[in-house]
Amino acid sequence: MAETQESVIREICGRFGNDPTRVMDILLEAHRRLGSVPAEAVDAIARAVSMPRVEVESTLSFYAFFSPKPRGKFVIRLCNDIIDQMHGADRVGRAFREELGIDFGQTTADGLFSLEHTPCIGMCDQAPAALINDKVVTNLSSDRARELVEALRASGDVEHLKLTLGNGNNSHPLVRSVVRNNLRERGPVIFAPLARGTALRKALAESATEVIKNIKVSRLRGRGGAGFPTGMKWEFARAAAGENKVVVCNADEGEPGTFKDRVILTEAADLVFEGMTIAGYGVGAATGIVYLRGEYAYLLAFLESLLKERREAGLLGRNILGKQGFDFDIRIQLGAGAYICGEETALLSSCEGKRGDPKNRPPFPAQSGYMGRPTVINNVETFCCVARILENGPGWFSSIGTNDSTGTKLYSVSGDCDRPGVYELPFGAKVSDLLAMVGAQETAAVQVGGASGQMIGPKDFARTLRFDDLATGGAVMIFNRQRDVLKVAEAFMDFFCEESCGYCTPCRVGNRLLRERLGQVADGKGSPEDLAYLQKLGETVKATSRCGLGQTSPQPVLTTLRSFRSEYERRVLTRPADLLPSFDGTAAVAVAESLAQRRSVYFGK
Amino acid sequence: MSGEITFTIDGAQVRGQAGQTILQAAALSNIYIPHLCAKRGLTPWGSCRVCTVLVNGRPQAACIQPIAEGIVVENDTEALRDMRRELIEMLFVEGNHFCPFCEKSGNCELQAMGYRLGMLAPQYPYFFPVRDVDASHPDLFLDRNRCILCARCVRASQELDGKHAYGFVGRGADKHVAANARTGLGGTDAAASDMASEICPVGSLMKKRVGYAIPIGQRTYDAKPIGSEIEQGAKPAQAGGAR
Repeated sequence: MAETQESVIREICGRFGNDPTRVMDILLEAHRRLGSVPAEAVDAIARAVSMPRVEVESTLSFYAFFSPKPRGKFVIRLCNDIIDQMHGADRVGRAFREELGIDFGQTTADGLFSLEHTPCIGMCDQAPAALINDKVVTNLSSDRARELVEALRASGDVEHLKLTLGNGNNSHPLVRSVVRNNLRERGPVIFAPLARGTALRKALAESATEVIKNIKVSRLRGRGGAGFPTGMKWEFARAAAGENKVVVCNADEGEPGTFKDRVILTEAADLVFEGMTIAGYGVGAATGIVYLRGEYAYLLAFLESLLKERREAGLLGRNILGKQGFDFDIRIQLGAGAYICGEETALLSSCEGKRGDPKNRPPFPAQSGYMGRPTVINNVETFCCVARILENGPGWFSSIGTNDSTGTKLYSVSGDCDRPGVYELPFGAKVSDLLAMVGAQETAAVQVGGASGQMIGPKDFARTLRFDDLATGGAVMIFNRQRDVLKVAEAFMDFFCEESCGYCTPCRVGNRLLRERLGQVADGKGSPEDLAYLQKLGETVKATSRCGLGQTSPQPVLTTLRSFRSEYERRVLTRPADLLPSFDGTAAVAVAESLAQRRSVYFGK
Repeated sequence: MSGEITFTIDGAQVRGQAGQTILQAAALSNIYIPHLCAKRGLTPWGSCRVCTVLVNGRPQAACIQPIAEGIVVENDTEALRDMRRELIEMLFVEGNHFCPFCEKSGNCELQAMGYRLGMLAPQYPYFFPVRDVDASHPDLFLDRNRCILCARCVRASQELDGKHAYGFVGRGADKHVAANARTGLGGTDAAASDMASEICPVGSLMKKRVGYAIPIGQRTYDAKPIGSEIEQGAKPAQAGGAR
């Protein structure tokens, strides 16, 4: 290995204290400096941090943003989620391919550009979108794609791209992004103004147990989607034996169609940090970690600056706000492209520098989480609620929303509507009300809760958005009558096949089987028995998978089977005379034909 | 943690000690819960999901779920047998398993589980993946075609041999066992005498030159089905025990 590469690696590892639990950061920095991490660099990292090389390789090979192979100076990652596809991502992709003369997964001969696909990058409200290195570009067209390539060729620097900056803090000197907030509806909890430190001061005036009691009285439930009572989670962690407790903020929003955390982190990050600090006080933790998805790296410098301001204001650090013995600080752990890391125990594995495999439960994170320490993990939005509950009181909070779901909820609305964006509404809104608010017409289907949520049809539009009816982490994707719901389901299954960590059998294998058969049915090559096959397979994957990903990944199939059964039946029953419609004889003999160097008598044309 | 815990499996009362998993407590009471990745003497892993049982009506992997007072466990039901067979079928179609001429045939736990659970042919389409074989070691080979990603070798190398010869690389469908050396298994400190070399449930991590030393017909599962050693009250095989 070249001396320079070895010395770069040594320097990077040294900067992170040669700490094997910081391998994520080491790999991220190594990619920034070297572009990729080849086998020699893996050896060098393993030596520097004294861990088996296969474990370094394990982490390196897990994340989409890491690569052992050299990549272009500019890595263009075009988002290909279903919403981006609906808005012309294919056309944009074609323009990139033509302009660069390469296909997806390739690098130009001059080493300047690599072209890749990436799942949802949290920009469905301004699709099609792409990442160019850390830079987000949105509202792409084929012309814009060509312009971008030309500009990069001319300037040789992403920072020199001429971009029209977005609104709010997107134009902040440390962000400088084209992203628009599209914050359409501000509610009283998340997007009301906050005087920095107000909520924390009120919290510190009470005892830690009183703080937890406030959260319990507010009946706050986790905003990530599962809806676990936050106060109870904190109580477990507070009661857990063990020193050095940890508070983790899950800012890895990767659910296709979700982008509300993006807007919170852009416009209300202070509220998040305030909530985390209150959690630290409540559960007795001194360490805070924000796990920020790699796609939001463009916000990193800005968020770091806010943390610095909070330290200078005495809101982080030692003896916070003069409270003797209350120490708490926050570091930001950047991810590197893995949806599974939004699963809380996978997120912890990633924070520990490892591949993002979920952990076995029990023990639960509240007993044994980050590095075996009692850990509270909450969603970005949940921490905002926490701060607001301490500021305005639990009674105020629980007066908003419904009995089972107190407070407001943020919705990330995208797809076929006039006003995609973020809406903060009290819990209990009807789907139909939301559809009217966002200007959706001729709506045929709504995916509530993203890919792992449920696809509902018009007969369910009178249902309400709350934990005990239609629970959701916030994604609302709208599809009008022109869309094919089975193709939408297919796109979601592609996503899960791509994002399964591969640990357990049902998720690793079952999702691929679901995808394969769903595709056949969608293409009109299915048999009537396929419906029962999909149902049974989906239920098995759901019941036997090890973590929330596999336990929800069959949802696109199962919920469309329920709500759009006629779409399935229409396709499989049209060809009842075929023995096995999915069998493609010509394709089956193709290899044999090439070996025999002649066409099949029966199948060759 | 200590203290006796009483619960039921399929209606039968079972006693166990606090800290035991459902799988452990069941085995000590001569109740067999089908399993593949779990192995006595190794840290529970929970990847194959074959040991899925219902605990108070909710599916849980018996190999990682601790016992608790009064829990109602369902194990040998038609629905669970169905699900387990589906999981076994998934493992069969995911890799390239060729029982008729595999060295492990008759000693293979995957094959034996297929028989026990009544699998005739997988209902799922085969993936026919292209996977690498690592034959770089003088005494061992790693055939990933037959690997079921149970992590027994990975765990045994660390926990029983005090080495770290194996690990997992890749994500999702690309996940595979890798050796702890750029040059493959031959570059590691793995040895045929390792416990890890004995512990593969399938024909993936194998010793060279001894594949057919015991004739087919005289092998572990040729005579009696997998699990019968537990049901008949024999002591469960020790980790690394001859198979």
